[in-house]
Amino acid sequence: MRGGGNGQEPIVQIEGVTKAFGNNEVLRGVNLTLYPGETLVLLGGSGSGKSVLLGILIGLLQAGGGRVMLSDMEVTAFRTEEEWKAIWRSVGFLFQGAALFDSMSVRDNIAFPLEIHTDLSRAAIDDKVSRLLAMVGLGDIQQKMPSELSGGMQKRVALARTIALEPRIVLYDEPTTGLDPITSDTIAELIRELQKRLGITSLVVTHDIRLAFRVADRVSMLYQGKIVITGPLEEIRNHQDPRVREFLYG
Amino acid sequence: MTLAAELGNRVIALIRYLGELSLFALSILPILFRKPLFFGLIIRQIRDIGIYSFPLVAISSFAIGIVLSMHSIHLLKQFGAVHYVAAAVGLSVVKELGPVLTALMVAGRSGSGISAELGSMRVTRQIDALQVLAVNPMKYLVVTRIVACMIAVPLLTAFADLLGITGGLLMGITRGGISPSLYLDITFEFVEMIDLVPGLLKAAFFGMLIGIVSTYGGFTASGGTTGVGTATTRTVVVTSLMIFISDVFLSQTFIVLLGG
Ligand SMILES: Nc1ncnc2c1ncn2[C@@H]1O[C@H](COP(=O)(O)OP(=O)(O)OP(=O)(O)O)[C@@H](O)[C@H]1O
Ligand SMILES: [Mg+2]
Repeated sequence: MRGGGNGQEPIVQIEGVTKAFGNNEVLRGVNLTLYPGETLVLLGGSGSGKSVLLGILIGLLQAGGGRVMLSDMEVTAFRTEEEWKAIWRSVGFLFQGAALFDSMSVRDNIAFPLEIHTDLSRAAIDDKVSRLLAMVGLGDIQQKMPSELSGGMQKRVALARTIALEPRIVLYDEPTTGLDPITSDTIAELIRELQKRLGITSLVVTHDIRLAFRVADRVSMLYQGKIVITGPLEEIRNHQDPRVREFLYG
Repeated sequence: MTLAAELGNRVIALIRYLGELSLFALSILPILFRKPLFFGLIIRQIRDIGIYSFPLVAISSFAIGIVLSMHSIHLLKQFGAVHYVAAAVGLSVVKELGPVLTALMVAGRSGSGISAELGSMRVTRQIDALQVLAVNPMKYLVVTRIVACMIAVPLLTAFADLLGITGGLLMGITRGGISPSLYLDITFEFVEMIDLVPGLLKAAFFGMLIGIVSTYGGFTASGGTTGVGTATTRTVVVTSLMIFISDVFLSQTFIVLLGG
């Protein structure tokens, strides 16, 4: 749903989320809403708390206060790992550094969630791995180890692993940092593809403006612990707020 | 900083470390038998520990068997009881040196390896990746390795016992002039099956220590590759000390329980 919103029920709702580490107040009341099928890009400077926010959404960090709703479940009220399981099965998370299992081959990395969480036969899993690799634009590299791959290829393998269980929502933490512009563009292409072909809702955290312009339906900006601006891409492009202009155009 | 203050800080740091280590160990209990049990992984870990530590265990226990035998022969000759070397070597190896040497070798080789592996998984966020793929990292990485250590160390200890006795036998024949059959007869007369039990139980306990300390070291590693190095070194130091200290108490306990 390009443009997002317009009478739909939100799929992600973040309300007044706070988080501090000691005296360091990183998030000071973040409000953000995602609608099904849209791609929202969250911009913010280094250290502004983007990764912390994603960590809270996926249950790797505990929010200090506020509320997070994911697909109608209030995850900030979760107390046990069992409750998180359903979320982990339906929300994909792409780590900034790919975080591939370096003791496993490419095939085993992508097959891992399928082997653990589905009853698919080995043949069916192999088949699915091949299709996932093709989808992220990689050929026959099943037997390679992660250390043999370039950074861009690792990211794409990680993306294949992230979408193996067909999540409804994917959270991307800096999907293009450290990649050359051409590889970055193929990642942007993939994010668009996933949105179009699988209807995946995406939250893309980045400070890569080029990526933002390529994938965003809407853009938000995190600044000093709060979301200072949210709007459709075109609106943000021409925004007069100095904080936005400085971020976009230096 | 004054010496006293420095010492005080060290003691506080040690107490905190032991406290957190204990909490880590306790947090394993509720998930110990939760499914899936990852049998395949446990088998692979046992195999890895075996492959990497066996040569060290074999060489050190064989050498200790030889040395122990040399000293005992020297002593026993003065009493004209040289063939009792078989009993001295057999009992020392089975009750004490086999399990302790094996545990130290496994700690140095495989314990440090586990710490380094899990530490690098921690700092490259592979442990977080497991979590968000809905696989409990404690279950998948920690429990499997602790169980593997608890099985592998007694197995290796059995080999160490065998090789230690073989080393002793070699010296008994060449230096002591004892016939192989007499040596073995005396060995079996003094080392009974029941004597193997305390050693193997101790080995399992040492295996548990190695597993807990090394996985804890890896899980709590932070600060990039230097952090992983620090965690690895500490793992070996802490496990070695714990093995020696617990050995005193365990040996005493078995002496009380089994009368020797
Ligand atoms: N586990 C933690 N313990 C203590 N402080 C933390 C922790 N994680 C993050 N922080 C602090 O929170 C702040 C925000 O960090 P975060 O990683 O979210 O930034 P970011 O917006 O993702 O930056 P970047 O664009 O560089 O990735 C930083 O000041 C960081 O030091
Ligand atoms: Mg970040």
